[in-house]
Amino acid sequence: MTEIKRYDLEYSQLDSDRMRINVGPQHPSTHGVLRLEVEVDGEIVTEVVPHLGYLHRSFEKHCEKMTFPQIIPYIDRMDYISAMNNEWPYVMALEKMLDVKVPEKVEFIRVIVAELNRLANHQIAVATFGMDAGAFTPFLYYFRDRESIIWILERLSGARLLYNYFRVGGMAADIYPGFKEDCLEVVKKVRKTNEEIMDLLIHNNIFIKRTANVGVLTPEVAINFACSGPVLRGSGVKFDLRKDEPYSVYDRFDFDVPVGVGEVGVVGDCWNRNMVRMKEMEQSCRIIEQALEMMPEEGDVTGGVPRRIKPPKGEMYIRTENPKGELGFYLVTNGTDKPERLKARGPSFVNLSVIPEISKGYMFADLILILGSIDIVLGEVDR
Amino acid sequence: MLPGEIFTKLKNDFGDAIIELNESPNSDPWILVGADQLFDIFHTLRDADEFQFDYLMSLSGTDLGENLGVVYHLYSMTHRHKLVVKVEVPKGNPVVPTVERLWRTADWHEREAYDLIGVRFEGHQNLIRILLPYDWEGHPLQKDYVTPDSYHGMKIS
Amino acid sequence: MGLLNRLDDPYEGGGIVLGKIEELLNWGRSKSDWYLHFGLACCAIEFMAMNASHFDFMRFGTIPRTSPRQADFIMVTGTVTFKMAERIKILYEQMAEPKYVISVGSCSNSGGPYWEHGYHVLKGVDRIIPVDVYIPGCPPRPEAFEEGMMKLQEKINKQAIFNKRKLLGTE
Repeated sequence: MTEIKRYDLEYSQLDSDRMRINVGPQHPSTHGVLRLEVEVDGEIVTEVVPHLGYLHRSFEKHCEKMTFPQIIPYIDRMDYISAMNNEWPYVMALEKMLDVKVPEKVEFIRVIVAELNRLANHQIAVATFGMDAGAFTPFLYYFRDRESIIWILERLSGARLLYNYFRVGGMAADIYPGFKEDCLEVVKKVRKTNEEIMDLLIHNNIFIKRTANVGVLTPEVAINFACSGPVLRGSGVKFDLRKDEPYSVYDRFDFDVPVGVGEVGVVGDCWNRNMVRMKEMEQSCRIIEQALEMMPEEGDVTGGVPRRIKPPKGEMYIRTENPKGELGFYLVTNGTDKPERLKARGPSFVNLSVIPEISKGYMFADLILILGSIDIVLGEVDR
Repeated sequence: MLPGEIFTKLKNDFGDAIIELNESPNSDPWILVGADQLFDIFHTLRDADEFQFDYLMSLSGTDLGENLGVVYHLYSMTHRHKLVVKVEVPKGNPVVPTVERLWRTADWHEREAYDLIGVRFEGHQNLIRILLPYDWEGHPLQKDYVTPDSYHGMKIS
Repeated sequence: MGLLNRLDDPYEGGGIVLGKIEELLNWGRSKSDWYLHFGLACCAIEFMAMNASHFDFMRFGTIPRTSPRQADFIMVTGTVTFKMAERIKILYEQMAEPKYVISVGSCSNSGGPYWEHGYHVLKGVDRIIPVDVYIPGCPPRPEAFEEGMMKLQEKINKQAIFNKRKLLGTE
């Protein structure tokens, strides 16, 4: 028999080795197919290396091979949670190039559907963020409400998620009778649920303990990383393209730009980023109400769509305020009916790049919350 | 500040490195610069009080046929003005100085431009592929790119 | 079909059901399928809606598992890229027999809209793992998920456990 060797360990000999943990790419908490290579010292995160590309679907190559109207469905599939908002800057860029005047009614329909989609996006964002923190009820509440938004958008466009509703110079279809009443109903529902969620989740003591003072992003770092949307506003920078660079008819509405003010925790932490989304939902409700009021009853919606889209040679960078941040399209045309180059600057891609910077020094479990508070969608990160 | 004024000011400082101001119709006006002094030009653009371009909106690589181009879209949060800067490099030796040290957001944008277009950013601390697998061959957004038949034994088309 | 339907015809008035042991096992198997949720893209959002309160996927007896070793079937929801394909294969091989695959959406069925120029898209997940049920749509409606789940239950119910190639009811 061999003698069993005994190891007498002294604490001084114990070396705290750093360990590398792989999170993803099919991990349910990474909001898609993101892979994070995390180096931890005990429970403290010391380094995060994101690996992207698990959903790289060759979007930009497709754009070079497709005609201009054919590209719109592919743009839907970039940020698939807020497809209406995605189509807008692309259509706007083409309208600017072709010098097409958009009818008044179309502008208002666009604002309404975009804001409805913004509500749906923020609902998913807050719901999944709650789920990351261990709260399952907000998820069920928000998805129940989201269905009513989806129903409106489905009746308008025919699809539940990827709408293909915008056209150059118009929309694919007019609004249906009873659209206004449905929208007002949704606004009422959203407000009621938000009140409940405020008590249930946002001001819940456990939730505050988990999210306040975690993942602090200072305004200087946020601007240097070109963050946008709720991530930038959560750090206290008042910057919203709807207000600062008004496109379409956004200059006619009365709404505020909510920023993180640090009711709980410090400005720029996960709680404040999430709170900005909650406040933005209220602002979206206000915009929808005003737009419904101001929308002209009569007007041709589908008539102004040009049969052939062949913009002159040129290039343009157009950006709009997506629910996740600034979505920009750099469109280069060469005089044919296909673009020479279409580069999408996705807000998720840029906002995600700040993860290695802000998650150092926090607990491993906090990393999931920081990721959830940034609200990424991998279709846009990888394209 | 308008692109024309910025162009004149830059021309005074950098001379020949600032090549031209293009104001063709249907386009945002852009300034074409040489690749040699690129870092210094952007350093001035970011830090000089009159410019203060602290927000890099987008960095895109483009295939221009014989050349590869990189387009920088800048924005200033304080002055609320925009600027488009372009640089062109030959396809045989596409080397552009990195601006990652000025705007940290450029890190991933440059990796993407390297991945899909093939522009090499000199001085970038971690210039590896970002979207495609690390062992992928070729740069798919180049115009003459031919899709390979298979990847790791899986048929592509 | 279904085992309990035969209760309408009780054996000598006693509420006894006569059947094969395989039918009993299949009845249990098909009503408690645990799945490995493999959310990849747009379809995963529809699947989240499917899981939530309005459509309630769990009434089929399904429970989402995060480990492939506890799962009965794998739900591939979304575009499979080459970078991902190798992972899917590894996960599928970790699952215990009997195992099934549901392919959800055009992308994982055939490449979908990325069929022609998608240099980084696998044109159908059935090129690497065998698929039992295909759910069409881009993305499929939640009703389509229900139908797909029912098709899988139908398939499990017909299967002879000890001889997988043989279908029950055929001699």
